Amino acid sequence: MALKVQVQTTINNEPVQFLCEPRQTLLECLRDVVGLTGTKEGCGDGNCGSCTVKLGDRIVTSCLVLGVEAEGETITTVEGLAHGNTLHPLQKAFLEHAALQCGICTPGFLIAADALLQKHPHPTEDQTRFWLSNNLCRCTGYDKIIRAVQAAAVEINGAPQ
Amino acid sequence: MSVTTYNVIGTRPIRHDGADKVTGRALYGADLQLARMVHGAVLRSPHAHARILRLDTTKAAAHPGVFAVVTAADFPPAPTDKIVDFGEGDTLLSSLRGNILASGKVLYSGHAVAAVAAVNAHVAAEAVALIEVDYEPLPCVLTAPAAMAPGAPLLHEGLANGNVAEYVRHEIGDLAAGFAAATVIVERELNTATVHQGYIEPQNATAFWSSDGRVHIWCSTQGSFVARDASAAVLDIPVSQVRVTPMEIGGGFGGKINVYLEPVAALLSKKAGRPVKMVMSRRDVFTGTGPTPGSRVRVKIGVDAAGKITAAQAWLAYEAGAYPGAMVGPGAMTVFACYDIENVLIEGFDVVVNKPSTAAYRAPGAPNSALATETVLDEIAEKLGIDPLELRLRNAAKEGTRRADGPRYKRIGCVEVIEAMKASAHYNAPLPGPHCGRGVAIGYWFNIGLPSSATLSVNADGTVNLIEGSTDIGGSRTSLSMQGAEVLGIRAEDVHPTIVDTDSVGYTGVTGGSRTTFATGLAVYEAAQDVVTQMKARAATLWGTKEVEFSNGTFSSGSNSFSFAQLAAQLGATGGPVVGSAAVNPRGAGGSIAGLIIDLKVDPETGKTDVLRVTSVQDAGKAIHPAYVEGQMQGGTAQGIGWALNEEYFMDGSGDMRNSSYLDYRMPTALDLPMIETIIVEVPNPGHPFGVRGVGEANIVPPLPAVANALYRAIGRRLHSVPMNPATILNL
Repeated sequence: MALKVQVQTTINNEPVQFLCEPRQTLLECLRDVVGLTGTKEGCGDGNCGSCTVKLGDRIVTSCLVLGVEAEGETITTVEGLAHGNTLHPLQKAFLEHAALQCGICTPGFLIAADALLQKHPHPTEDQTRFWLSNNLCRCTGYDKIIRAVQAAAVEINGAPQ
Repeated sequence: MSVTTYNVIGTRPIRHDGADKVTGRALYGADLQLARMVHGAVLRSPHAHARILRLDTTKAAAHPGVFAVVTAADFPPAPTDKIVDFGEGDTLLSSLRGNILASGKVLYSGHAVAAVAAVNAHVAAEAVALIEVDYEPLPCVLTAPAAMAPGAPLLHEGLANGNVAEYVRHEIGDLAAGFAAATVIVERELNTATVHQGYIEPQNATAFWSSDGRVHIWCSTQGSFVARDASAAVLDIPVSQVRVTPMEIGGGFGGKINVYLEPVAALLSKKAGRPVKMVMSRRDVFTGTGPTPGSRVRVKIGVDAAGKITAAQAWLAYEAGAYPGAMVGPGAMTVFACYDIENVLIEGFDVVVNKPSTAAYRAPGAPNSALATETVLDEIAEKLGIDPLELRLRNAAKEGTRRADGPRYKRIGCVEVIEAMKASAHYNAPLPGPHCGRGVAIGYWFNIGLPSSATLSVNADGTVNLIEGSTDIGGSRTSLSMQGAEVLGIRAEDVHPTIVDTDSVGYTGVTGGSRTTFATGLAVYEAAQDVVTQMKARAATLWGTKEVEFSNGTFSSGSNSFSFAQLAAQLGATGGPVVGSAAVNPRGAGGSIAGLIIDLKVDPETGKTDVLRVTSVQDAGKAIHPAYVEGQMQGGTAQGIGWALNEEYFMDGSGDMRNSSYLDYRMPTALDLPMIETIIVEVPNPGHPFGVRGVGEANIVPPLPAVANALYRAIGRRLHSVPMNPATILNL
């Protein structure tokens, strides 16, 4: 076993230090070291999007990032979307539109959709589908997810002009 | 059609587990952390068929950080002819054990051979690589027709007929006379590839074998009691010695009924003296768990000039994978299940091949056979110049129709579904341009009963706590709570559901067979009736009367009346808590018919198919929570479209799966699909107090043939194998 490395990060607006082996992915560090298990592993090779987190100003599949690469970085996970007990408009929209069935892909979709709405305040259906095509959902056929994201866009940014 | 009005049923409340699932708090199997927990990993066979000559775990056991190593030799001796029931089918204990850890021979690439528990998953993987196995590779056989051919390599000793594990036959009427009366006869043979359920959460299990002899298992399973019973059988201990705690589950679709890791984690824990957690990789999921069978199906149908089917014949060969149990039974029972046909012969073959042992997948067996029936009918409709839905309508199964496998239908919604398709905006809209085609198809699934249990305890604030044992894969906490709320006259939000472990609730069957809202719903309904009976007695005591009425949430007698909440506040003064409970084993499951209309456009340059418009129609009986009914219809449709157009196990000649990642096993993404329109038809099931049929499965049956029929209209030629991907379209 390799010696562990200390990593200093900011996770969901809180300073977090953790120790990890150099071979551990950011996903492993979040789940097994820091204890934030809201971020899910579906494939381990970057193809399902369940482990999507915000790293700095971009979204990444955290199974393809090493924990040590997070040194000095700011990370947002699904646990950081709500403000206290107030759900993020995307979280609220997912519930109101029944946009989850089993819920395992939901954290990744929420993080990806949040990034989409920051880049495109009023995404078209095609833009939404293209952006979210890195996130697999096997339960819903995506219909209700797309509708939830578009409803959240209106909730956050008002009706498109 | 029912005119009953409901207060709660048919509304769309927020699901009870919603906040936990959008904030990351919900705990799925892999999220479990226990003190002193260690991690397991599995060694899998690289060969599709080989004899194990030597298996040496010495180096792995000596690797620093390793706590335990197990092989099939660690199973306690048990009678090999014992049968274990899985809820949607049963199996021999020897097959079950053989699939969990291979003994003597490996039967597919990915077959588990040994397992290690170590301080973390990385060290466990290192140790697995140190296990030494000498294999004697044997010839492998990968398709049902090849496995049925004379001289094919045999997987097992002692099967009835070579690699054929089972033969089923259903026959009614006079087939020859039926075909003699036909004006048009079409016979076609269609192949489908092996496909996977594709749930996003990999299988996982954590086990702790306590020094008191009891085994506690935490896992993502569709049925905690089935996981308990199967694990106990494999470990040869009484069921009461196993306690299964069902964690939240990240999809199943039939694939998380069987146990794979649970008994292995238990054996490792027994040796290590610590809790052992095991989580599959995605490649493990593809190669080591049960996909749905590949198949070859031949269907011959005769129709007279009036458009009436006079005879139908089917021959089905399904690939079971390494062990018997290919779901050819349901395939044979559903192949003509939508239609009223007098003369039928159906033959089915359950064929073992060197692929992963297959498991249930959403209406298991039915899409394979419906593909043949529904594409043959499409050809016949064209030859006769009849609208394809009109042809189906003229032959639709009705109340009293006898299926070739025996049963006569009670009330069934086949005519209603076809009429809803014909009347839909989609079916009456023009196609947008060239290279486009529209296809239709319908399909049937039985739905099942099986036992369920539920307990409701009344709180002094007028709410109730619901204790139940059905894994919630898609909102069932809410569809169950709504049924209790409807009986009690309270809001869905006033029912607090909790899914508990196998020590804490009565036996409850799998979340499968579209049974949960039907059967566990019936248990909740009965438990609520029990609560009402007890509460009436309390009111009678308070009012000094014998006759108490209850309707719309109000208890009354003469001029006295209490709301449910008012009476709930008085329980302490009238004898203490009220707890209602019920255990049911319903026989009245009602079959569901689903239909699909799909518009496709094919790029003639690349063979790529775009899905332009989709409408899914299904008889729900009664939609308890319409949003989640729509969700089931949309999800099944999306899976069926993926199955039809792209998904397949791409095996090389040696039986290795070459596309065992989500990059190469191409499931539909958000970009591959349009919005999926839904039309819920409600023909109440007489076997349920609210008319529920169950909606989880029938919706995946029509997409395969509907896509095939649409492709024919887009490109003018018929494909006879699934997936109908760009390569096969271009090579036509």
